[in-house]
Amino acid sequence: MQLGRVIGNVVLTLKNDTLQGVPLLLVQPLSSSREPIGRVIVAADSVGAGVGEEVFFVRGKEASFPFHPTEVPADAGIVGIVDHWHIG
Amino acid sequence: MLLARVTGTLVATQKNSKLEGAKLLLVQPLTLEDTPRGPELLAVDGVGAGVHEKVLIVLEGRAASDAIGQKGAPVDAAIVGIVDEVDLP
Repeated sequence: MQLGRVIGNVVLTLKNDTLQGVPLLLVQPLSSSREPIGRVIVAADSVGAGVGEEVFFVRGKEASFPFHPTEVPADAGIVGIVDHWHIG
Repeated sequence: MLLARVTGTLVATQKNSKLEGAKLLLVQPLTLEDTPRGPELLAVDGVGAGVHEKVLIVLEGRAASDAIGQKGAPVDAAIVGIVDEVDLP
């Protein structure tokens, strides 16, 4: 998984049927020092994250697991909202 | 699998139900020379690793969910071992 910050959301009228009702959020991946790393991605959200929140997300097929048994065609998915992290 | 160093801990109250009880650790993948390689990742811990320890991680969903004994958990990285030493003859 990777850390990220939700910076926006994407609205689609015409989309794959299985994406109906699935929030799609723009996520900026972050380093543990909160610096942006890499490109902004669109991730399916299953935990109710909102703009400004720090989250963690999975990449790949596992992004669709929270929506089981619906097979959502997503390759990135937010699976948790971060309370805090601590670098040893 | 990759060698990595545990760099930190993370707390998340609101998360996928299959991650309840799972320990989440920040890990930095390493080269064989112990220098950082690529971005830090967040991994679920299947072995009881601690900060500063050198560990073995898997970066694949099926293996990662197996590591915490939660079939179908939405995870893509897991710690599967604590490294004693790496022999490079």
